[in-house]
Amino acid sequence: MSFEPKIVGFLCNWCSYRGADLAGTARMKCAPNVRIIRVMCSGRVEPAFIFKAFQLGADGVLVLGCHPGDCHYAEGNYKTLRRMALLEKMLPQLGIEADRVRLDWVSASEGDRFVSIVDDMTEKVRALGPFTKNSDEEKHG
Amino acid sequence: MEDVKIGVYICHCGLNIADTVDVEEVSKYAATLPAVVVSRNYKFMCSDPGQSMIKEDIKELGLNRVVVASCSPLMHEPTFRHAIQEAGVNPYLFEMANIREHCSWTTEDHKEATEKAKALVSAAVRRVYYHQPLEIREVSVNPNTLIIGGGIAGIQAALEIADSEHKVYLVERDPSIGGHMIQFDKTFPTLDCSACILTPKMTSVGMHPYIELMTYSEVEEISGFVGSFKAKIRKKARYVDEDKCNGCGVCIIKCPWKAASEFDLGLGERKAIYTPFAQAVPNIPVIDTEHCAYFLKGKCRACEKFCELGAIDFEQVDQIVEVEVGNIIITTGYDAFDPTPITQYGYGRFDNVYTGLEFERICNAVGPTSGKIVLKDGSAPKSVAILHCVGSRDENYHEYCSRVCCMYALKYSHLIKERTDAEVYQMYIDMRCFGKAYEEFYKRLSEEGVNFVRGKVAEVTDRAINEDEDGKLIVCGEDTLLSKIIRVPVDMVILATALEPRADAAEVAKLFGITKSADGFFLERHPKLDPVATMTDGVYIAGCCQGPKDIPDTVAQASAAATRVLALISKGRVELEAATAVIDEEKCSGCRICNLLCPYSAISYIEDEKVSRINEALCKGCGTCVAACPSVAITHKQFTTEEITAEIEGVLV
Repeated sequence: MSFEPKIVGFLCNWCSYRGADLAGTARMKCAPNVRIIRVMCSGRVEPAFIFKAFQLGADGVLVLGCHPGDCHYAEGNYKTLRRMALLEKMLPQLGIEADRVRLDWVSASEGDRFVSIVDDMTEKVRALGPFTKNSDEEKHG
Repeated sequence: MEDVKIGVYICHCGLNIADTVDVEEVSKYAATLPAVVVSRNYKFMCSDPGQSMIKEDIKELGLNRVVVASCSPLMHEPTFRHAIQEAGVNPYLFEMANIREHCSWTTEDHKEATEKAKALVSAAVRRVYYHQPLEIREVSVNPNTLIIGGGIAGIQAALEIADSEHKVYLVERDPSIGGHMIQFDKTFPTLDCSACILTPKMTSVGMHPYIELMTYSEVEEISGFVGSFKAKIRKKARYVDEDKCNGCGVCIIKCPWKAASEFDLGLGERKAIYTPFAQAVPNIPVIDTEHCAYFLKGKCRACEKFCELGAIDFEQVDQIVEVEVGNIIITTGYDAFDPTPITQYGYGRFDNVYTGLEFERICNAVGPTSGKIVLKDGSAPKSVAILHCVGSRDENYHEYCSRVCCMYALKYSHLIKERTDAEVYQMYIDMRCFGKAYEEFYKRLSEEGVNFVRGKVAEVTDRAINEDEDGKLIVCGEDTLLSKIIRVPVDMVILATALEPRADAAEVAKLFGITKSADGFFLERHPKLDPVATMTDGVYIAGCCQGPKDIPDTVAQASAAATRVLALISKGRVELEAATAVIDEEKCSGCRICNLLCPYSAISYIEDEKVSRINEALCKGCGTCVAACPSVAITHKQFTTEEITAEIEGVLV
């Protein structure tokens, strides 16, 4: 059996969670690998959550917010953008490949975009194989 | 803490979930999770028997946490929160697992769907374990309402609310209210004169004791939240004192300077001091400083000389007015599509190619031709072609159908037939006559001898290939019903142009904290069940700013928005977000990073105590500050680090 990656998805309540809902309502099919956790704003996503996910067995982490300029909380997604830029620099130092973490934007009307991001991410993480550094004791806790 | 007792309920949603997800297996799995005392599955959890099942378990088994795995929480979270509240459990001790939209509907493979459902249920169970009861806070609702846009939607909503003796501020960018509807000549399918049915409503707005009309004004800033918004409105200088002017119009008559009339889309002229049209409300002119000789050269002042009331005020400046309101309705309408980029239709190149809106003005008795349907040279057309779907149903411009063009094209056909002897050709893709009495109107026009030709026009050209085409505009395309290439020589071409989002829709959306759908129009909270609310509480949308629609639908939507506002005013108070952030002042180091991150300025630094504090009334619960706090001193209620970590653990089982 081929490797099925586990991907944790942090989706904001106002745009991307609704975009994911719309994909379902429209019966669009997508890879079942992304498991969604709802946050009010992508700005709530602490970098520690991302490390925690890897520590607990995730092979990838997807963060989706409203498109820049469309944030329900005015500018929370810009804060996420800044935070993720820093995080991306830390990932290789921790042995996490860049393709395992993705920040993207999905609006409430973009069910199709949600599906293509999920499918694309799943393929990329599947190609990378399982994330194996989970058991390292020196990892964040 | 008392013992946590969790009840888990897996919904079949008929076959929506049960067809793909093995609900029995998920239910058995849930029973094995920590602190779960009961796990059941049922056909429809949202039904009365479904809810009663939960309530009875709460009473008999002493449940103090509930998980329902069913549809999106955006559908039924309020239903179940209410149910457990009725059984005496705090509504926040509840979590929903979305195993329909995010699982059964998007997953083909039954085994994969079942596994995913288990993970989502496991996450919800592990998360709800840590939930704490929250208090629902209420604030009072300011009974004043702000409406932006004075077209038919704004007028309707304003009158509905003001008639209940609650104050409305109606803000309009142009010098008069009326919107696009007042530019129309007749309305389909009844052929009512547009001005005849609209001006009584405009007059009512103008003299209504509960409406404060602010024309030639724009909202610049919005702050606050549902129940108590503050708006800053710029009242642009009219250079005419509104209190002194009685609208006699002498200034307009005496003004020697002319400019193209915006109201007539540049087909006619107006003066440098003007009202856009005769029945303007308010009937108070404005001075266009770009064309007024006094503003350009420092000389003239003819208007001032002849105004007996001394109402002309060249020194007037823009004013910023601040108002406080509880609710906002956005009714900013649409822009008419500019067909210039579709060069093959010749708009802007050929004299007698008009847009739909331009033809409205030509038909209008007070328009540039005094209502005579004539060509640029003043002669009557012998033949007219109306081209449908210009800018609509076209992947190069707008994919959507503008919904009104088929009907206004039929209306034009009738007016042309009524007022000229011209032959009329309708070049359509599909006739979409969906509304009440619309299909009947189509039938009537067929009987009036209009030629209906099915096929999208390829080109409008003036290159004649025979004598019949000499001096004509030749409409080239395919009649797809006859499978024949056609060339129709006509004197006039009318482009049934699309309705598109306002050019500044993005800025307006940002100002009011609302979003746009893929087509660029404002996004409603739910496409079917909540078509007037937005994602921002207290901000409603109505009319064409939400999507192209006809006048009856616009009026219905505007009334619906007014009703929603009146419901809140009548209740007098509104529930605020309970899932806010709080700072543990023991842990706060006073670094003030959070102060700058908050988009609502809800966090302030208390100098004396060297800590930051959150004003809960202003906090909207986004959690951005929580994620940034280096001392981990901020807790996001309902989204605590503990809860989210448990959820991460849960989805990864």
